[in-house]
Amino acid sequence: MRALHVENLTFNWPGSENATLRIPNLSLAQGERNFLFGPSGCGKSTLLSAIAGVVDVSPGAILVANNDIGALNGGARDRFRVDHIGMIFQVFNLIPWLSALENVLLPCRFSKRRLARAGEDPAGAARHLLGELGLSDTSLVSKPASELSVGQQQRVAAARALIGKPDLILADEPTSALDEAAKAAFVDLLARECAEAGSALLFVSHDRSLEHHFDRSVDFLALNGGAA
Amino acid sequence: MLVFSLRSLWNRRFVAGLTVLAISLSVALILGVERLRDGARDSFANSASGIDLIVAPRGNPVQILMATVFGVGGTGTGMTWDSFEWLEDRPEVAWAVPIQMGDNHRGYPVIGTDASYFEHFRHSGGQPLTLAAGTILTGDGADAAVVGAEVAARFDYAPGALIVNAHGSGEVSFELHDDAPFTISGVLEPTGTAVDRMVFVTLEGFDALHAEEDAPAADPLDPAAMPTDDHDGHDDHGEHEGTEAKHSHEPDRINAVYVGLIDRTNVLGLQRAVNERPSDALSAVLPAVALAELWGITGTAERAMQLMAWAVALAGMIGMVVMLSATLDTRRREFAILRSVGATPNRIVALIVAEAAILTAAGLILGLVLLTAATFVIDPILSARFGLRSGLNVFGMRELATLFLIFWAGLFASLIPAVRVYRMTLADGLSVRL
Ligand SMILES: Nc1ncnc2c1ncn2[C@@H]1O[C@H](COP(=O)(O)OP(=O)(O)O)[C@@H](O)[C@H]1O
Ligand SMILES: [Mg+2]
Repeated sequence: MRALHVENLTFNWPGSENATLRIPNLSLAQGERNFLFGPSGCGKSTLLSAIAGVVDVSPGAILVANNDIGALNGGARDRFRVDHIGMIFQVFNLIPWLSALENVLLPCRFSKRRLARAGEDPAGAARHLLGELGLSDTSLVSKPASELSVGQQQRVAAARALIGKPDLILADEPTSALDEAAKAAFVDLLARECAEAGSALLFVSHDRSLEHHFDRSVDFLALNGGAA
Repeated sequence: MLVFSLRSLWNRRFVAGLTVLAISLSVALILGVERLRDGARDSFANSASGIDLIVAPRGNPVQILMATVFGVGGTGTGMTWDSFEWLEDRPEVAWAVPIQMGDNHRGYPVIGTDASYFEHFRHSGGQPLTLAAGTILTGDGADAAVVGAEVAARFDYAPGALIVNAHGSGEVSFELHDDAPFTISGVLEPTGTAVDRMVFVTLEGFDALHAEEDAPAADPLDPAAMPTDDHDGHDDHGEHEGTEAKHSHEPDRINAVYVGLIDRTNVLGLQRAVNERPSDALSAVLPAVALAELWGITGTAERAMQLMAWAVALAGMIGMVVMLSATLDTRRREFAILRSVGATPNRIVALIVAEAAILTAAGLILGLVLLTAATFVIDPILSARFGLRSGLNVFGMRELATLFLIFWAGLFASLIPAVRVYRMTLADGLSVRL
């Protein structure tokens, strides 16, 4: 089983003339860590939205853990997303009025599969993940997310993506708000935890200095025939 | 979901609190106006229950009712004792109670009447007046007085206490009849009607006050002895009609008569007979008809109050919609995150609607609390001033319906931000551009 398989994907934003995405082929094996780089505005985020099933794609174009995203209807895609995919954004990943711990547990609240895979004690699993990512301080964990530093927030977001061992983790430039030292540490931790959870990782960035942390690296411009 | 909405609202507790306050004020106002109106109507209707006809010098029926039953305002110049005896002797009349008015005791109306008042007056669906202490006016002498529960409580009166009345019906009067005191013979049980704020004296005693005015040289130490001598000349009114035994004292003029009929269906015939009586210009007032007329007059003010209350409710709802809508833009990110962890657009709409439901429900509950608190504060004042009580009514069906209506209005109003948020989440997906 492949964590992700993209074949002959084309996608147009409504109203746009050219296809933002035209991807003949992209595959991630189970647990594989893939680095996808390219300049701003070339369509990287759009690709992640398509994989996450937030935008409409044609049936057969995207398979996540052997499930055809394009064949699912709206509600089913939302459920499928949380069951199989963990996501990390660039900034503002957390619900500000929930604590760090509650933010981590959000996928378990919306998905039975993630809840089941988080083990007997989801809160314990969340604490363990936060600890692995360097957030073991109990008072820190129960603070409202809005009171954490940006670096801490990104690590909480990583823990949320990882909890319940989803098949695929999509990370959209999660390090762009971090300083150099924090970047490398964050990617290291994320890579290690993905390996631990057995999740494949598709890490998107314009910053090639992070390339060496990954199994494979792909040039988005070369991959995407559609980009102008 | 509800817990989630609660947490989200708690995060914005200041604005949420203000919204709840606005809704609760409107709820308290709407229900308060209704209760006040119902309380007034019940109290008025109760005060007049059991009286089939009020006969008084010719005048406006509402004015006559207000004066004779509620002690507010006055009637025209007095009717003659002749007319009273004529009424009493009519075949369709079961009983007739003479009423004299125009004095006050420390702002409370003083009624001159006789023991038949206590025998025939009915309130609150047919209950007779009962004494909390002492005796009623019979056999207590001309200076006896019976006080309503409110008056007794306010001034700490008990049988045996001496009281002094004043001329006129105003709150403040300097013209005290302090040379003609009364001795309280009885205190009535509370009725929740105007009777609670009345002072009853004998016809003889009532006349004595005014006799004092006419004859200042009279012996102030023996007020009870005065009137019988002074009014000797009026006794012949009764003599030729042969009813002198019924009334120990026959005043020259009285202000009104409460009439009870043997058969109520004769009420219109009697009314006509009274109106056509040539010797005296009289009006016969049907209490129910006069009340209906009164509510017709006050109805406009009531509707204005109700309209105001509902306008406040509308303002509260608009406030809630504004609050929910205003935060949507800053919460776009929040919704995108929820979507990324599997929340469907419907779920996010439900979040907004649940927030509205919580705000409205909290507003309803706080409104009821406010109303109850206000009732505790205002009721004694209303009761002292007007003898009416809005009452800590048990929840009526209509109130329940009002609350439901407001709740549904709240949910309905929340559809405005909800529809917006639905469109927004679909358009934004996970990629909110910052
Ligand atoms: N929600 C959207 N609606 C319409 N066009 C969009 C939307 N998001 C992105 N685009 C367009 O798609 C193109 C690629 O954007 P994006 O995927 O965000 O690039 P990247 O993530 O590589 O910086 C841009 O031209 C952008 O204007
Ligand atoms: Mg991007």
